[in-house]
Amino acid sequence: MNITSKEFLNLYRVMLTIRRFEERVVIDYHSGAIPGIVHSYIGQEAVATGVCTNLRLDDRIISNHRGHGHCIAKGADLNRMMAEIYGRKTGYCKGKGGSMHIADFNIGMLGANGIVAGGLPIAGGAALAAQLEEGDKVVVVFFGDGATNEGEFHEVLNLASIWKLPLIFACENNGYGVNTTVKYATGLEHISERATGGYGIPGFVIDGNDVIAVYETTKKAVAEVRAGGGPVFLEFITYRWRGHFEAPGMPDLRPVEEIEVWKKKCPLLRFEKMLLESDIVAKQTLEDINTQVMQQIEDAVSYALSSPLPAPEDALEDVFSS
Amino acid sequence: MRKISYEQAASEALLEEFRRDEKTVHLSTDIPPDLREEFGEARIRQTPISESSFVGAAIGLAGSGFRPVVNVRMATFGFVAMDQFVNQAAKITYMFGGQTKFPIVYRMVVGASKSFAAQHSISPYSMYLNVPGLKIILPTTPYDMKGLMKTAIRDNNPVISFEHMALGQMEGEVPEDEYTIPFGRAVVRQEGTDVTVVALAKMVHEALALVEDMKQEGISLEVIDPRTLAPLDRETIKVSVAKTGRLVVVDEACITGSVAAEIMAIVVEDTNIFRYLKSSPKRVGGLDVPIPYSPPMEQYALPDKEKIKAAIRETLT
Repeated sequence: MNITSKEFLNLYRVMLTIRRFEERVVIDYHSGAIPGIVHSYIGQEAVATGVCTNLRLDDRIISNHRGHGHCIAKGADLNRMMAEIYGRKTGYCKGKGGSMHIADFNIGMLGANGIVAGGLPIAGGAALAAQLEEGDKVVVVFFGDGATNEGEFHEVLNLASIWKLPLIFACENNGYGVNTTVKYATGLEHISERATGGYGIPGFVIDGNDVIAVYETTKKAVAEVRAGGGPVFLEFITYRWRGHFEAPGMPDLRPVEEIEVWKKKCPLLRFEKMLLESDIVAKQTLEDINTQVMQQIEDAVSYALSSPLPAPEDALEDVFSS
Repeated sequence: MRKISYEQAASEALLEEFRRDEKTVHLSTDIPPDLREEFGEARIRQTPISESSFVGAAIGLAGSGFRPVVNVRMATFGFVAMDQFVNQAAKITYMFGGQTKFPIVYRMVVGASKSFAAQHSISPYSMYLNVPGLKIILPTTPYDMKGLMKTAIRDNNPVISFEHMALGQMEGEVPEDEYTIPFGRAVVRQEGTDVTVVALAKMVHEALALVEDMKQEGISLEVIDPRTLAPLDRETIKVSVAKTGRLVVVDEACITGSVAAEIMAIVVEDTNIFRYLKSSPKRVGGLDVPIPYSPPMEQYALPDKEKIKAAIRETLT
């Protein structure tokens, strides 16, 4: 392990920001301040954090319905994210996208996608663009275990393999596609076997709740992909603490004991414990970070609340580009 | 002026635009040899038969600053990639608040008449027209093909080019000099005074072929080719109907839920135009059946000159 204390603190800050942001979104959703539906990323923070902290600003990511964490980890502005989730005109998408469709092309965040596996072909194209540019950009596509039973997933694994695309498949295996278990929906022990066995893409299974493991494995993968080695498949084993999405009446059919077991494996507490026990940082430093992050979240909510709602007729804009 | 085919006109448009803009990329399962020779295999990319992946890859390319042209071949194959067309390509500009452009051209072969049977014959433009965010062109002559295709490649949005299977070898005059055709401008292929015939795709030629016959019967036809469906030149159609007072819309797509129905609705719901109507407008379309294989049945399922003539006569009775 060769990680500087600056990197450690950055990982902690990003992971904590995601956690606090998501906690606030859940609260504000249930209070009725946020419309629509939101898919909470709580429990999976180590994945987005450990992956995206290895990326450059000009590297690109494609996200999915559970995408807030990926946006934050890629460096999205919390104010504009929160404003979008609140449906405000100042949001990233002027209130046209909402929670599931946040994008920031200026930071290489090519959009979250509401269709399971829908972002995979787009990521293939972004990776082809990186290849045609002849630079060394990489593209990361985030998707859940549920996406791996879709045809689009398989088509893009094949495309990435035959074209040796600079694409990292970041599969967040949280055990469930909505309420269907991976065990039921997938005929293999590990999803990554689909990449290795089916498409000749190197695959790795990683503890997705261990941010250090995520960070180090991704670092290697990014270096290999950047060097022109072709695609890599990373399967992160993790768990979401909340139901598939926040909505009144949405049943969570997962066993309560199972949820409790995974809460004990909290990626944030685990990392915090490691940092403190290894004397890498002082408790006060972490508390200071927490205070700063809480303030940022508070500011983001204030920004959203003080931002205007879109005018109804704004709905007519942006159907086409000029 | 020199004459070239509809297909050659498309190839010329691509060649010229690929020379003009190095950000253009071509994706298709069948490689266009002239493009491949000049621009190489990286940019003229052969794809596996994997529609979802390459229809979607075009979106990722476009969002990353490229200008892809995708040849999907038969429009029936396009349905395999419907998520990428409808949920992604059409909506992505809007969903992301217009923060980036997605310039893409998707080419698809439409129509029937060649005994290709149901899974290789269809004219699905109304399905795509019902999805805001897609531009749709429907070139009917070599001249229009070249001019519209060039405009499509330069457009900053997803554009679908529906190209009729029976028109590929049709020849027509195409100038050597550079030109483009703007979207949303219909062309009056034949001026007349008694009945406005709005015809789509191959039916433009069917309608034009009976102008003389109808003249023999003392009926003067005005034939309009919209050329692009999204945007649609409503004005030219309305002006014509205000003049003739009669409307027949002809297309070979199944009549139920068709573009023909949409064009008729545009005319009749406009109070200013409605009052000029002297008879109820008529649609001539494909029957509501999948396209059958055997020639007598296929022919029966599609509009033809006699069916169009009958509809025209009906508007005059």
